[in-house]
Amino acid sequence: MIPPQVAYRKPNNINEVLSLLHDLGDDCKIIAGGHSLIPVMKLRLNDPENLIDITGIPELKEIRDNEKSITIGACATHAEIARNEVLRQHAPMITTAASMIGDIAVRNFGTIGGSIAHADPAADWPAVLLAANASIVIKSTDGQREVDIDQFFQGMFTTAVQESELITAIRIPKTAFNANSTYVKFSQPASRFAIVGCAAAVEKGGEARVAFNGVSATPFRDTAIEKAIMAGADIETATANTADAVSVMSDHFAQSAYRKHLAAVYARKALSAVL
Amino acid sequence: MTLIGTSVKRVEDKRFLTGKGRYTDDIKLPGMTYVCFVRSPHAHAEIKSVDISKAGNMPGVVKIYTGADLTEVNGVPTGWQVNFKNGDTMREPKHPLLVANKARHVGDAVAMVIAETYAQAKDAAEMVFVDYNPIPAVTNPQQAAKADAPKVHDEFADNLVFDWALGNDKAEVDRAIENSHHVTSLEFINQRLVPNAIEPRSAIGHYEEQIDKYTLYTSTQNPHLTRLLLCAFVLGIPEHKVRVVGPDVGGGFGSKIFHYTEEALVTWASHQLKRPVKWTAERRESFLTDAHGRDHVTKAELGLDAEGNFTALRVKTYANMGAYLSTFAPAVPTYLHGTLLQGLYTTPLIHVEVDAVFTHTNAVDAYRGAGRPEATYLLERLVDTAALEMDIDPAELRFKNFIEAFDGVEQAGYQTQVALQYDSGNYHPVLQKALEMVGYEEFRNEQAIQSNGKLLGIGFSTYIEACGIAPSAVVGALGARAGLFESAQVRVQPTGKVSVYSGSHSHGQGHETTFAQIVADRFGIPIEDVDIVHGDSDAVAFGMGTYGSRSLAVGGSAIVRSMDKIIEKGTKIAAHLLEANPDDLEFANGKWTVKGTDKSVGFGDVSLTAYVPHNYPEGLEPGLDFSSFYDPANFTYPFGAHIAIVEIDKETGKVTLKRFIAVDDVGNVINPMIVDGQIHGGLAQGIGQALHEGTIYSEDGQLINGTYLDYVMPRADDLPSFEIDRTVTPCPHNPLGVKGAGEAGCIGSTPAVVNAVMDALKSYGIHDIEMPVTSEKVWNIINANS
Repeated sequence: MIPPQVAYRKPNNINEVLSLLHDLGDDCKIIAGGHSLIPVMKLRLNDPENLIDITGIPELKEIRDNEKSITIGACATHAEIARNEVLRQHAPMITTAASMIGDIAVRNFGTIGGSIAHADPAADWPAVLLAANASIVIKSTDGQREVDIDQFFQGMFTTAVQESELITAIRIPKTAFNANSTYVKFSQPASRFAIVGCAAAVEKGGEARVAFNGVSATPFRDTAIEKAIMAGADIETATANTADAVSVMSDHFAQSAYRKHLAAVYARKALSAVL
Repeated sequence: MTLIGTSVKRVEDKRFLTGKGRYTDDIKLPGMTYVCFVRSPHAHAEIKSVDISKAGNMPGVVKIYTGADLTEVNGVPTGWQVNFKNGDTMREPKHPLLVANKARHVGDAVAMVIAETYAQAKDAAEMVFVDYNPIPAVTNPQQAAKADAPKVHDEFADNLVFDWALGNDKAEVDRAIENSHHVTSLEFINQRLVPNAIEPRSAIGHYEEQIDKYTLYTSTQNPHLTRLLLCAFVLGIPEHKVRVVGPDVGGGFGSKIFHYTEEALVTWASHQLKRPVKWTAERRESFLTDAHGRDHVTKAELGLDAEGNFTALRVKTYANMGAYLSTFAPAVPTYLHGTLLQGLYTTPLIHVEVDAVFTHTNAVDAYRGAGRPEATYLLERLVDTAALEMDIDPAELRFKNFIEAFDGVEQAGYQTQVALQYDSGNYHPVLQKALEMVGYEEFRNEQAIQSNGKLLGIGFSTYIEACGIAPSAVVGALGARAGLFESAQVRVQPTGKVSVYSGSHSHGQGHETTFAQIVADRFGIPIEDVDIVHGDSDAVAFGMGTYGSRSLAVGGSAIVRSMDKIIEKGTKIAAHLLEANPDDLEFANGKWTVKGTDKSVGFGDVSLTAYVPHNYPEGLEPGLDFSSFYDPANFTYPFGAHIAIVEIDKETGKVTLKRFIAVDDVGNVINPMIVDGQIHGGLAQGIGQALHEGTIYSEDGQLINGTYLDYVMPRADDLPSFEIDRTVTPCPHNPLGVKGAGEAGCIGSTPAVVNAVMDALKSYGIHDIEMPVTSEKVWNIINANS
């Protein structure tokens, strides 16, 4: 398995990355852990002319404890996130999800920014970041913008990131619901991606956020469940119509009826853990 | 000193565990070129044209061959001929090295791109433009057998390769089934599996013009057989001009027995180009082109009388051969499957029919167990199902029908209704022991009160298999185009160190340890003084290779025969040195002693004397070096009892294997650790078939799950800690009393797991569940009934 020839660059600061992105346009791909990009290049399904490696930029790896939020650098690996104590304290579903991704080698190399930029609907990050009410910090030569997570995932392998833009960080607000949160998943037995992954973040008597990956082509929050929980419904009632609002995926591991059933089962598991 | 029965640590593991194994792909020769194949993306397509003009001008390209360049070259043959019931000859199409006009499965090779580097070959292969006209394909053997199915080979009237039957008179079996008190009937698919050896196949052809000799390095389980087929059937090269080397090989599970087109192509191309030519499969190519296993569509019926005695068994199977006939393919559903349907039982009447069928899929051939897992699966599923239907305990039903013990010495072997004669067997104790290990009564009590949203189930499998293949005359009469003996040369060096040249081939089995134990034990020398050489046709006189759990029973016996000759000659030399009569000597603990005295001479002194024959018996040749060819008198017949306990989560349908008990009888055991390892690996593979593995083809013949993202392999965290034990019933007809352990775990375990799932689901009134037993299939059953 050998990928096509590609030019490789490894800048050591963000501005250099941004100007390369600006100059090269769609002739380039950002690479960090490479766990999604390298396989598709080896399968020759993607053939970029240039790779820009962003793993040599220290500030992209930082996990920073701010007053009202925690920012996770886009190049933080899943393993670094899994063992971060501040995140464990303020948003336990983040560290839980990180520890469930792939295997040790994947967690040591793969990055959160790379995963969400790829936007595989069966990846573990989307549900967790949706439930966390995260925001995504994006930079380009035109400046910086911050995208609300609810606007970030736009479809299978599609996000709000535009050509020539770079995800630099993920911001997790320190909230009561994030402090009481969990992530559970039913794994696809070969790849261990999520057939159903459910993240639940609930402030008892306050805000509730429940989100899924694996279930539909676009990761989503199930607002019907959230409203029911906030209105004081019991878990069984709240999850009775799980995933009704979305088109549920089918494959040879789980046809849509079974997948939809699993979504409800895993919603109950997640909610039972936080309520 | 006794090394036999001792868990000596594997001497080969140091190089494997430190990454220093030397595999075919590790070999780099001066001037070597690299191959990338252009393979058909269609299961069935006319090839209208192949345009290599652009690819030929790509950087580094040395040569591109297409099917048109090879029309004068033979295809790869099959090694076994099974004719039609009416005597008509088996249909054996040409399996061309590169296809010219038609692709018959996804992965069929259309062009061979050779370049200075693999990257260049791969880039150029993308620029080969093939104009395909896709036509309808068929992948299921039962559908392919129908008159209106798309034909795989235009030269034949239909897709039938042969039809075949074995056993008692069909009419008598039909009558017995009809008159039975109860008939248990199952129809199922024994699904197709991908072997998934950890080392992808690799081959290097190296023609040296100055000496007019070829060397083929290849990831093979049997270098000599590959050489024979390559020379005599494909390329027509004199056999003495070809050396075939199977260096370290990273697993085979059967898939590296066969002579593949790529081996012939790199050999042929190296002669054309006068340069070494290397090909190594990418994992996707392994999925598409390593011969697959199983793939039977079967209807099986078991008749029972009112007491639960088996009265008759009737089986009809459609066996998928794929698009071409691989080396052993015709033997697998016939002589390795139909002949095992006696099982451990006294069933008096058995009839089996097999229709072997071409389909637009990759070839199917022997895969760990090869035919015996299919036979065991159908029998053991029938037995547990009959027990459920007749409300008889499944263990009791087995005890009732077991063949009584026979040792093959005092009592004769057991003559089955399906041609074979079992060598020795004692079946009650394995099941008895397994029941004690599992705590059967306690389990049934626990199962009755289970109430936590989980379903518990227990499943049984009591199996027999035939291995140590095989008596040459017998297999010859059954259509084998080769003998199935084994050779071994034992060379005692002047200093008393020993080199053994074995025709068996180790690709994970640990021969370098087990064989050395036998030799060191017999000669009374340290195991470090024994070296096992295998896998090189220039070093080893001849060999039939390793498969069918045959290495120790056949290859090991050949070593014993050669050691007998060494001892016999050594006794003459020792008698001369001791000035005694040879009949007065005994050999033990590495020395010859005059019986009843303390006069002795050591193994090293005798070997030195053999090579420095100054003071030497008159008329005796110098040297201490003997070869033997051992042709076994019969197959060997390991057996065992496996019990699985599963727990099913009613909410998700997920099946968790909680316990697995295996009591196997593989005859005498040389190295218990290695045998345990073989059993563990076999269990994992058999459980993998039950719960995880299986190819999925689309309507048009695409392999949907051809990567590790989609093809589910069993993993350590899917498996419980195995509880294993053994009984020992020695083989009566080989000098080591060994039977074979390589496939037993894989043969017995699959039905035990499925039977356990069925037991857990027995309140849902279902008759069968299709393998692999996925969470969704189980949930669908639970959901439909709740």
